[in-house]
Amino acid sequence: MTTMPLRGAFEHPLLRDYFMDTAFDEMFDADGAIRLHYQALFNELTTLPAEEIRRRKQSADASFLMQGITFTVYGREEGTERIFPYDLIPRLVTGEEWDQIERGLTQRITALNLFLHDVYNDQKILAQGVVPREVVYSCQQFRRQMRGLRVPRNVYVAIAGSDLLRLESGEFVVLEDNLRVPSGVSYMLTNRRIMKRTLPSLFRDYGVRPIDHYPQALLATLRSLAPEGRPEPSIVVLTPGVYNSAYFEHTWLARQMGVELVEGRDLVIHDNVVYMRTTAGLKRVDVIYRRVDDDFIDPLAFRGDSILGAAGLFNAYRAGNVTLANAFGTGIADDKALYAYVPAIIRYYLSEDPILNNVETYLLMDAKQRSYVKENLEKLVVKAVGESGGYGMLVGPQSSAAEREEFKRRIDADPRNYIAQPTLSFSRAPCLLEDGSIGPRHVDLRPYILFGDKVTIVPGGLTRVALRQGSLVVNSSQGGGSKDTWVLGR
Amino acid sequence: MLSRVADSLYWTARYLERAEHTARLIDINMGLMLDRSRVSAERRWQRVLAAAGSAQGLGWNEDAEGMGGEPGRWVGVTALVHALCFDTTKHASITACIFAARENARQIRDEISTEQWQRLNGLFHEISRLRTASPSERNLGEFLPTIIDGIHLFQGVTDTTLSHGEGWHVLRVGRYLERAWSLTTLLDVYEREVFLGEDHDDAGEYLEWVGLLRVCTAFEAFCRVHTADLTHERILEFLLLDPDFPHSVRYAVDALHNALEAIQQHTRTQHGGELMRVAGRLKATLGFAQIREILAQDPVQYLRRILEQCREIHDLIYAVYIQYSVETALAV
Repeated sequence: MTTMPLRGAFEHPLLRDYFMDTAFDEMFDADGAIRLHYQALFNELTTLPAEEIRRRKQSADASFLMQGITFTVYGREEGTERIFPYDLIPRLVTGEEWDQIERGLTQRITALNLFLHDVYNDQKILAQGVVPREVVYSCQQFRRQMRGLRVPRNVYVAIAGSDLLRLESGEFVVLEDNLRVPSGVSYMLTNRRIMKRTLPSLFRDYGVRPIDHYPQALLATLRSLAPEGRPEPSIVVLTPGVYNSAYFEHTWLARQMGVELVEGRDLVIHDNVVYMRTTAGLKRVDVIYRRVDDDFIDPLAFRGDSILGAAGLFNAYRAGNVTLANAFGTGIADDKALYAYVPAIIRYYLSEDPILNNVETYLLMDAKQRSYVKENLEKLVVKAVGESGGYGMLVGPQSSAAEREEFKRRIDADPRNYIAQPTLSFSRAPCLLEDGSIGPRHVDLRPYILFGDKVTIVPGGLTRVALRQGSLVVNSSQGGGSKDTWVLGR
Repeated sequence: MLSRVADSLYWTARYLERAEHTARLIDINMGLMLDRSRVSAERRWQRVLAAAGSAQGLGWNEDAEGMGGEPGRWVGVTALVHALCFDTTKHASITACIFAARENARQIRDEISTEQWQRLNGLFHEISRLRTASPSERNLGEFLPTIIDGIHLFQGVTDTTLSHGEGWHVLRVGRYLERAWSLTTLLDVYEREVFLGEDHDDAGEYLEWVGLLRVCTAFEAFCRVHTADLTHERILEFLLLDPDFPHSVRYAVDALHNALEAIQQHTRTQHGGELMRVAGRLKATLGFAQIREILAQDPVQYLRRILEQCREIHDLIYAVYIQYSVETALAV
């Protein structure tokens, strides 16, 4: 790839290491001119003395630590905590861009919920061959137990977080839908709190749209899904416990909503009613925002060796005495092979064209696509459908011949288990680097979608950053960080 | 409050109280060994072990390894003290107690104040720093006061930073039940070993009695009431029945009863009757007792009865608040 000549703004010493290639740059247009909405931010950054930027960075670090917004890395005896890496320069999204994202995600979550309802009931979409039966039945996340089961408001996915990327053309596309237990929303909200303190006047002048009501919106969503006849539902957050890496988020959300944080062992199921064991006796539970995977939630219904769940929970759910958000079996709709059918699913249920496009995806069950993929592995990314977090992946351009042979073998052995996508050049946004200068780094965007009696998407999301130069991986386990996302007014 | 949370709070408090008691017990007895005494080292430390509760797996062993070159009687002592302080495989050791308290607190990190957590976590890191692999006297001089100070700090921030609601009362229940238990055990051991023992020698006896008072941080408070005129009767009366001194059994039981009452009011439980009856009876037994009567009958038996009732209270706390059966909870 060629690097563009730098002009104008690039001459500022802070931007000494800034570069551009064909990837979309969030701050500069293709000619190297500052995009209009980034101008004020750019001015602020370049007029603040380096000393002042460093001071604000330190004070932001301190507030992260003080508020306990940390990742905990525990050995058996030692306890160390480090803060979630974050970047001080906000990522800006214009009002127009956001409106399109919002409409696109609303359309998508609506269609996916209709799809889940259909798949677990009449299966019309399968009968008409829009989605092949084998894709659904071969998915490990398909839960037979859910067939014919009534779900409040027919909402299967109440909480979702979709990962968006921005392509070279500037278009936002959906890379994947997280419809099981998406995490990261606490980082979105705490990033915002700290940014408001770090760049207060800039924040005000930009007229950033607020996201702080997310916990209330989540609570309202959960309440709207309560079983019938429970007008004052008791709501809890179910966590796998203190050893889970997202435990901070679980406690944080419970506190922000003012509801109890429970573990599986706090729940007692009697006569298909769920109770939590309190010092004041058993207290009925109506809605569970569960952060435990399907497999582990009920040792009677799913994995018998799980100690994280509560025995009998599924039966109580089947009896309609408790609502789980999300429902069981939603993983079928974020399966990486099913992903390829989402545009067709949208057209089928809503008779609309998708507002947000997918990334082009090759299904390896199809013989023609498979042979194309095997011949072009060095240009593609291959992913295992059941894995996430960057595991079980082959990144073609960075792979060795031996790795490619290995993947060919694996694909032939189990084609349903893999998909391939072109290597994407997704957008970069300016970030504050270690040495105090500003450089471009790859970013994605995960907005959080709530679906109860209505769809709520707080304007913003978690912008994840690949903090290492050249890296395309934004996962926090692999050197990724995050930054605040400012959605501007219209 | 979730039962699991109450359970963790209760044990956090119990383990810390136990660690503090054991630390003082070791510290005072190490000091007493410096004086000439007719009490043999073995006998003294058997007594300490008995007072520290059935210290499973810990025993007197003069042939402990790694102590070559030290004077004879110190061999077993240093090894035993090292184990009592640092051996995480022994439940009675101070380190095991602190680790267990921290582990309990960590499960409910959100239910206690940041200050409480920081004190406890700080104590944990101090231990990791002071802990040595092989027995040595040197760092005990620093270790034991660190433990006692650290726990005092924890109690201080607990009272000033945690809301005095249900959780705070649960911490008090754990603390005072453990205190009543360990004080009574200690008195039981002294009653059999020291007061009723055969080898009487005034100076030696005086030192032992002062030692007992100091294990209970009671020497100064005792002198203020009775002057330094130590008698068996007065010491037992003070440590058992004094209404105002925080390390007397009666004070601990009063505080325990008080905290249990507060919890009952918070939870409005209808199953607390038996628990309150047993706690109330113990409180009344001590409140209306006279030391002459106790001594005239069988003091050891009297102390054993208190221990039994403490155990009963513990079981009832579990039955009412923590591990009740679904059927009892649903039948109102």
